Amino acid sequence: MEATLNSIVAAAAPLIIAALGETITEKSGIINLSLEGSLRLSAMTAFVIAFWVGHALVGFAAAALVGAAIAAIIAYSSISLKLNQIAVGFVLTLLAVDLASFLGDSFVGERGPRVPALPIPFLSDIPFVGKVLFDHNLVVYASFVAIGATWWFFYHTRPGLIIQGIGERPEAAFARGINVNKLRFWYTVLGGAMVGIAGASYSLDVKLGWRETLTLNLGWIALALVIFGGWHPLRVALGAYLFGALQVLAFQLQDVFPGVSQILPVAPFPLMILALVVVHSAWFKRLGTRYPKLRNILGSEAPAALGTVFERE
Amino acid sequence: MNLSRTAMATVVAFIAALGVGILLLLAVGAPPFETLGLLVEGSLGSASKISITLLAWSPLVLAAAGLVVTFAAGLWNIGVEGQIIMGAIAATWVARTIEGPGWVVIPLTIVAGVVGGVVWALLVGVLKTRGHVHEIFGGLGLDFVAAGLATYLVIGPWSRTGVASTSGTDIFPEEAWMPTIDALGVEWPVIPVLLGITSVVLVWLLLKGTLFGLRLKAVGNNAYSSYLMGIPTDRYILGAFAIGGGLAGIAGTVQVTAFHHKLVPAVSGGYGFLAILVVLLAGFSAVAIAPIALFFVAISVGSTQIDLRLGLDSAFGGVLQGIIVLFVLFAGGWAAKHPNSSLTPQEEP
Repeated sequence: MEATLNSIVAAAAPLIIAALGETITEKSGIINLSLEGSLRLSAMTAFVIAFWVGHALVGFAAAALVGAAIAAIIAYSSISLKLNQIAVGFVLTLLAVDLASFLGDSFVGERGPRVPALPIPFLSDIPFVGKVLFDHNLVVYASFVAIGATWWFFYHTRPGLIIQGIGERPEAAFARGINVNKLRFWYTVLGGAMVGIAGASYSLDVKLGWRETLTLNLGWIALALVIFGGWHPLRVALGAYLFGALQVLAFQLQDVFPGVSQILPVAPFPLMILALVVVHSAWFKRLGTRYPKLRNILGSEAPAALGTVFERE
Repeated sequence: MNLSRTAMATVVAFIAALGVGILLLLAVGAPPFETLGLLVEGSLGSASKISITLLAWSPLVLAAAGLVVTFAAGLWNIGVEGQIIMGAIAATWVARTIEGPGWVVIPLTIVAGVVGGVVWALLVGVLKTRGHVHEIFGGLGLDFVAAGLATYLVIGPWSRTGVASTSGTDIFPEEAWMPTIDALGVEWPVIPVLLGITSVVLVWLLLKGTLFGLRLKAVGNNAYSSYLMGIPTDRYILGAFAIGGGLAGIAGTVQVTAFHHKLVPAVSGGYGFLAILVVLLAGFSAVAIAPIALFFVAISVGSTQIDLRLGLDSAFGGVLQGIIVLFVLFAGGWAAKHPNSSLTPQEEP
């Protein structure tokens, strides 16, 4: 039981970092649809750079740069060229996926450095909780920090209020003297860098090494988690843990029912559709009205200006 | 807006995309001009290669024609991959079940393909109109479900007699193969090509010359205003999904009855997502998708040669296609932003 929960927490960590990065981006009003490609290309880059340099941390930095660069292309083409964010994001998805296959081809099967395990002294000795939460590596601790920090940032700081302003009512924010497009650009870049770090976590920690199927479909899952999470960091994280539990469970069931191993990778997707139907249902929306204190976390509405271009009059 | 300046920017974008492609080839230590030459030679270098390229053009242009309709309605039909796969599965069922002469079986495989694609597309449509699930996620989820179903059928109920492998089902009886015409010592895929051409013409007529097409574009431009104007938007959205899914389903039929002659797990060949790129590059125009699909499919078919001959990953074809579309989109945005740039003589202010 302890071991299972420990692996769920570890499996969910990169997804949490990626999905929270996308949450920040979307809260500011921009959709970075390229996650499937960003994760793949940053995972490949992280592995290749860490392999050359011999140090995992350099790989993480390179991956963050890749994720940030892709995000910057989307932000620039939306803000300055007024292009459709979905179109550019979709093209970048396919481009980054193929680029990762093409450039990473000769590195498949190589062994590279990995993130060292780092149990936290004393805390990891607490019975049960210590094993589940504090016997991990830096990536997992970073996912904890990311959950707390984004939540605090959105709901308890002034810049957090402003990011919600530019995502919900950019005209109003602009009238208050806020440079909407500049902030959107940098929050998109920040979100993209987090996606890059998540990509590096796959090739340098969770699944070690580079191969084309390393992060298969996880970018799409992260995008769906943001919607499932109603753009609220805690609910996004909850979704990631549920998905992590599903992954770990599927892995353990593989030994019991060997025949289903081909089908299990597909299982999350009908569940994802079902979950999206539920959070958009009238019943779920009524919950928010019934418990006004929980409205923030129960809401399922996208930022009102998501995906739109802001132009000053 | 000045059309020639947009065209000029597009040409610059193409050259820049080619330049980046050459840089990437140099980066991995590949001979750039030999590689690009192989792309052309591998897809258009001989009669048999041209026939392979035309056979691949058909499903790509069918899927793209369907996407022109869904894009006209303002929909991102990312579920197109799944619709191709479901069309292929339905056509496979007919080919395996119904015995009879070719002129009975082949039309039935096409009808089955349409049904498979329409059902899968309508599912996305109903999830959107009734369940408020965005079509990108509904479609994507159903893509993976369809791919899982194809894999399950290939290794499970429809596995080859004796062996369960992912290499595909038994080869169909020849009555279910789309007939070809022999000329120049090569078998030409006449029916798939005719299906492709027909789909382009029909979609062009639908959007240019019918009330349905006009209203569909109104829904795509502004669904809320259209609703206020009395257009039943949900029905138009479902209609667009049905047409898009039906054409994608025929693409699936072509893949199994004209190309593989069996069901394989990756039966869509990625043509659904590639078709989205084609339509974006074509600027959502039905007429432009035909030549652009030919250009793209030539890159895809040719890139298998660089794998065989130079040991490069065939993903290079996809990289080149992606860069071209990205740069042309940039060029369009740039041209719209700089209406009076120095590329052409200044007009009256």
